[in-house]
Amino acid sequence: MTLEARVLADVSAFELDVELAVGAGELVAVLGPNGAGKTSLLRALAGLLPLRSGRVTLDGVVLEDPAAGIRLPSERRPIGLVFQDYLLFPHLSVRENVAFGLRARGMARVVAMGEAGRWLERVGMPAEGDRKPASLSGGQAQRVALARVLATNPALLLLDEPMAALDASTRVAFRRDLRQHLESFRGVRLLVTHDPLEAMAMADRLIILEHGRMLQSGTPADVTQHPRSRYVADLVGVNLFRGRASHDVITLADGGSLTAAGAADGDVFAVVHPRTVALYRTRPDGTPRNVWEGRAIDLDSEGDRVRVRLAGSPSIVAEVTPAAVRDLGLDRGDRVWIGVKATEINVYPA
Amino acid sequence: MALPTRSRRTPRPSAPLPIVILASAGAAFFIIPLLGLLLRTPWTSAWQQLGSPEVLTALRLSLLASLSATAIALILGVPLAWSFARLTFPGRSVLRALTVLPMVLPPVVGGVALLLAFGRRGLLGGWLATTLGVHLPFTTAGAIMAETFVAMPFLVITVEAGLRSMDTRFEDAARTLGASRWTVLWRVTLPLVRPSLIAGAVLCWARALGEFGATITFAGNFPGRTQTMPLAVYLALESNPEAAIVLSLVLLAVSLAVLIGLRDRWLGAS
Repeated sequence: MTLEARVLADVSAFELDVELAVGAGELVAVLGPNGAGKTSLLRALAGLLPLRSGRVTLDGVVLEDPAAGIRLPSERRPIGLVFQDYLLFPHLSVRENVAFGLRARGMARVVAMGEAGRWLERVGMPAEGDRKPASLSGGQAQRVALARVLATNPALLLLDEPMAALDASTRVAFRRDLRQHLESFRGVRLLVTHDPLEAMAMADRLIILEHGRMLQSGTPADVTQHPRSRYVADLVGVNLFRGRASHDVITLADGGSLTAAGAADGDVFAVVHPRTVALYRTRPDGTPRNVWEGRAIDLDSEGDRVRVRLAGSPSIVAEVTPAAVRDLGLDRGDRVWIGVKATEINVYPA
Repeated sequence: MALPTRSRRTPRPSAPLPIVILASAGAAFFIIPLLGLLLRTPWTSAWQQLGSPEVLTALRLSLLASLSATAIALILGVPLAWSFARLTFPGRSVLRALTVLPMVLPPVVGGVALLLAFGRRGLLGGWLATTLGVHLPFTTAGAIMAETFVAMPFLVITVEAGLRSMDTRFEDAARTLGASRWTVLWRVTLPLVRPSLIAGAVLCWARALGEFGATITFAGNFPGRTQTMPLAVYLALESNPEAAIVLSLVLLAVSLAVLIGLRDRWLGAS
């Protein structure tokens, strides 16, 4: 199952021009600032925004090709779209909402309602079927919206900032559940977000959009290490580690450990901005709680800053001034000491 | 408290005397006629009058005609409102202006226009009579038509406003879930604009109930056939003033009920 799309469409403020291919089982995050065209891209794939030119194929089936005069309407595309603000039908009960897609496909009411009930159990809301959407919390509403879409068994799942409207505490729990549902989903998955951490934590591949154009595409590690522009570097150019925290010490999945201040125990993400990574010629005896030795594999000069890729345990990217590089006499292949203060590590529950 | 606090009450602006006098006169202008109607009502014989065949016939016909007009307005007006709200086509604004014209047009002019179109020598009237055998002027169907002509614009503009203000992404969501356009309309759009549908239908019905000018011009004044309540009131004023007053009172009660029923829509903001 694959999605191949070249999307050219007119959005009010700019022209959307994106080419992408997403494989089955792959989770691709579309990242970019507000107004970059992320939502428009999803709407175009869903058939809600007509293409001016280009082509969208899913599993070899052409969904849209203006040149060939093909345009499958939204209701005939095997897609599911989850909206940022849920868009549950306010006049229908929670169960009727989940059953909506099944009923639209001609399933008998009783059967559809039974199936909807099973989906509500799967998203952890077995008792809420008779309630009206207005009485649900944000997290509950988005669970229902997810169930409503998954119940129709789409081949292409489009998620438009599904967590943006949730408050911080709800978001953590919802993200964990969403990841589980996404893992068991067999089709193509496309997640739009403006939160870099969310994108890097969940996606196999990132697509970064700005002004309707694709700036860069690659794995999170790839994009972090080789941001192709200042903008991308600022957006996603952070060090992201996954590990298990216990008493302020995070044992990293890819080797090494970090000491962070006030980390909650359990599976976590640790984020270290390259600017906060200090480099030393000799082992420092100062305050940094995290000190280890690494080797510079790459130095990327970007105007007034140099990004230094370092191999070690863990590997990390540092961002220093050209003057610092001169003072250190740092060159590719050199060994160098790396220091990160415990207070500079941001920890998020995974 | 250390800080100076503002007065809790918002200071009332004091009104200039001419404003007070003119505003009072304006209010009295609305109140006195109603008072006149209420004070002159023969309360003791009111029930008796209400039961008289003359009044009952007009009442029955008025209900039949106004409810039929509302039903027709719903069937034809909702699609029209949907087209104005959702489609762009050449001449839309002109067409829209024409369909709401009866709201400002003197009803008697509407009646004349209907006669010229559907009358015996009208644009379509002759053809309707000869080929289909349908005679509209001076029939109950004609009265219903006149009322629909005058009242439907109220439904159209109310429903159109409702459709314009609804979040169309609900329709997008329904379509991505596999609902056809027809299913979206019935299961999402119309339920979501239900308050506007109800308000529009009630307004339309109230207008149809009170219709006089177009009805008497196009449908005439035949008791039991085209003589609706407003027509009966007008005629009874000479022959049977008590019946006229009682009929007026019924119409007033209906208007008040509509006003109270729709108060959230009109008075809720104040």
